[in-house]
Amino acid sequence: MCLGIPGKIVEFVVSPGLRMCKVDFGGVIRQVCIETIPEAKIGDYTIVHAGFALSLLSEEEAMETLAALRELSIAEDQFDQEWNSGSMK
Amino acid sequence: MDKPTSLNFEGAYCPVPHVHEGKILLGHGSGGRLTHDLIERIFLPHFSNPHLDEGNDFARIPSSSEGGRLAVSTDAHIVSPLFFPGGDIGKLAVCGTVNDVAMSGAIPLYLTASFILEEGLSIDSLEQIVISMENSAREAGIKIIAGDTKVVEKGKADGCFISTTGFGWIPGGVNIGGDYARPGDIILVSGTLGDHGIAVLSARGDLGLETLIQSDVAPLNSMIVDLLAAAPDTHVLRDPTRGGLATTLNEIACQSDVCIRLYEENIPVHPSVRAVCELLGFDPLYIANEGKLIAIVPPAQSEDALQALQAHPLGNNAMRIGVVEPEPRRKVLLQIPTSGSRILDMISGEMLPRIC
Amino acid sequence: MRYIDEYRDVKLVHILADKIAKTVTKPWVIMEICGGQTHSIMRYGLDQLLPPQIELVHGPGCPVCVTSLELIDKAIEIAKMPDVIFTSYGDMLRVPGSREDLFSVRASGHSIRVVYSPLDAVRIAQENPQKEVVFFAIGFETTAPPNIAGVIQADLLNLKNFTVLVSQVRVPPAIEAILSSPFNRVQGFLAAGHVCAVMGYWEYEAIVKKYNIPIVVTGFEPVDLLNGILMCINDLENNQNIVQNAYSRVVTRDGNLPAQQMIEKVFQPCDRLWRGIGLIPMSGWKLREEYSRFDAEKKFNVQNIQTRESDLCISGQVLQGIKKPVDCPAFGNLCTPDNPLGATMVSSEGACAAYFRYARDKFPGEKSRK
Repeated sequence: MCLGIPGKIVEFVVSPGLRMCKVDFGGVIRQVCIETIPEAKIGDYTIVHAGFALSLLSEEEAMETLAALRELSIAEDQFDQEWNSGSMK
Repeated sequence: MDKPTSLNFEGAYCPVPHVHEGKILLGHGSGGRLTHDLIERIFLPHFSNPHLDEGNDFARIPSSSEGGRLAVSTDAHIVSPLFFPGGDIGKLAVCGTVNDVAMSGAIPLYLTASFILEEGLSIDSLEQIVISMENSAREAGIKIIAGDTKVVEKGKADGCFISTTGFGWIPGGVNIGGDYARPGDIILVSGTLGDHGIAVLSARGDLGLETLIQSDVAPLNSMIVDLLAAAPDTHVLRDPTRGGLATTLNEIACQSDVCIRLYEENIPVHPSVRAVCELLGFDPLYIANEGKLIAIVPPAQSEDALQALQAHPLGNNAMRIGVVEPEPRRKVLLQIPTSGSRILDMISGEMLPRIC
Repeated sequence: MRYIDEYRDVKLVHILADKIAKTVTKPWVIMEICGGQTHSIMRYGLDQLLPPQIELVHGPGCPVCVTSLELIDKAIEIAKMPDVIFTSYGDMLRVPGSREDLFSVRASGHSIRVVYSPLDAVRIAQENPQKEVVFFAIGFETTAPPNIAGVIQADLLNLKNFTVLVSQVRVPPAIEAILSSPFNRVQGFLAAGHVCAVMGYWEYEAIVKKYNIPIVVTGFEPVDLLNGILMCINDLENNQNIVQNAYSRVVTRDGNLPAQQMIEKVFQPCDRLWRGIGLIPMSGWKLREEYSRFDAEKKFNVQNIQTRESDLCISGQVLQGIKKPVDCPAFGNLCTPDNPLGATMVSSEGACAAYFRYARDKFPGEKSRK
């Protein structure tokens, strides 16, 4: 139910009513409502759904998740190598 | 009919002279003085050639001396907005039909163009469209030899509709058609997919997108000449217009009664087009292209064919994207890197932006 | 694209699939409750990568599919009224009402416009002061803030010609309805990542305690989905009935507090009719009294809606994971995306449409390739 895409905040827009900003999605720019993320800064990444910014992306958490998955990947490679070499059988 | 001697002239229905302030009137479609004035001022200067200049309601063209066959194609062009990044309805009309004729292996030669104009369309806009057609015709090496103009009431047409019919000669020995794909054939595409559809969508302004994406609209006949020189046994040529690559390949798979297997990671898509598709939930494989072709060639000639495409300015991003297989028949399969294959169906209805 | 491509890494996908296969020792039934996740699973063929012991069922996470037939019929009636510009997300246009859909109403010449964002609908209202602009505000919690933003913006601009037709639904009551059903087979849930981006995941803690099932907050890319499934399988194998967060780069336990305050300000909980399922108490939101001037149902007062659902459609059972699309006798013949009998065949993320599009059942010979 939630087509939400990450994009980079590149500019804040002065407009009547709710707070708006411009978000760059890999070369395509669209105005997005940033009303519920008062701490957002230029350069932050945000998840956008129906023209509305839902939350900021945490670079730190993203790195941690990928690091954990890559560890898993290394562990699996090692496991496979050892398995295939017969040392674990 | 007398040529008008000045630019101020009477409206078609009212005896009191009035100036039309640079806009199309219903009278411009009546066949009378206003129509002739429009033809003399706007169409003839840009489309002039010996056939058209004869001023008949028909054109006479010589038959081919080399024993080839005549290829004919007709199309109606409706686009909103009329002007979009990379082109306009005029360029679309000429290139669209030139390409359809060229996909038979024919050398396109002539085009007819029939205009339905909306009352109130600015004559400057019309002239821009006509100039665009003149330029595209020159680029494609074709002549516009017959035409017609009608005008409908305001609100009955989106500014301008253009219908074109194209003619070309297929040289003897050239046999290209949608039913000639054979198992083992290699499938090539001449460049990135989805550019035209996304450019037009962005230009409409409803979706609030700022992008530099341009329509790829272009005449492909010169690239086809190079392709056929390198791969004379090419089996199928088609341009993936409405419905995109997926729909076009489904048509061919059915015509030829074969299976088409595509490799998803090989299909070229411009990063900005991809970004728009991600944002709106579109699939680039279903989006219209107006300056790309699909070539299905025997494996022995596929490498030469690919190089010929890549060497042409319109084919720099050409890629090998798939292969023809015997089974499952009349199906298109998309092989995805993460896991196996899935069926790639024809487009169903209109593509709409989604939130889910 | 950053934060997308890394999570589509093919090698990681296969590593995770391997790990899942090595972890599982008995059969498990897991439900994902977000249509976006259904779509992603089908699109990337992830279900083909899972070992046979894992059965993935698709829940009622498609707001297009669960919007009540009565509300669709009301939307159609309003769209046909003179001087109305009816605006909607694109997903809703082909959903069948009792007799027709919004698409065919548009084809008859009525003004129906697709928008990407509710704020675009507000702009249309500003540009057309002599018309009544109605926005079809459907969605789960993810879509509540943008829908509400439309109402708030219209209020700030003092527009008198903008209203919303609300069909907001909530996930936690749907999960409880599924788990408390006597037919329930679901043993673990993947919670919708973007719903949780707004609401956090604290609401699920009471559910895991009450029903003794694990719930993992999961994203939408192939790596995210398999990671979520892996964590869920780990919990099931180790009898750990907890809430875990596999989408931590976007979701926090508390969620987006300003967004929740915005929801609280404009909406209040209410009962909702879920198409194909029935009434789930307190499973929806409606406009608060202070905002009733933006309520299209009140403004247009459409009465005497006689709903009529297709006899053949089993989308309700599909939505609850009780049946699969291929179990339906109409699937693929009388009911196709071009001629849908029910909502699950219309939405690109409805389970029936996803199955049809990727036609997995028609193509049993294809095995997953590494």
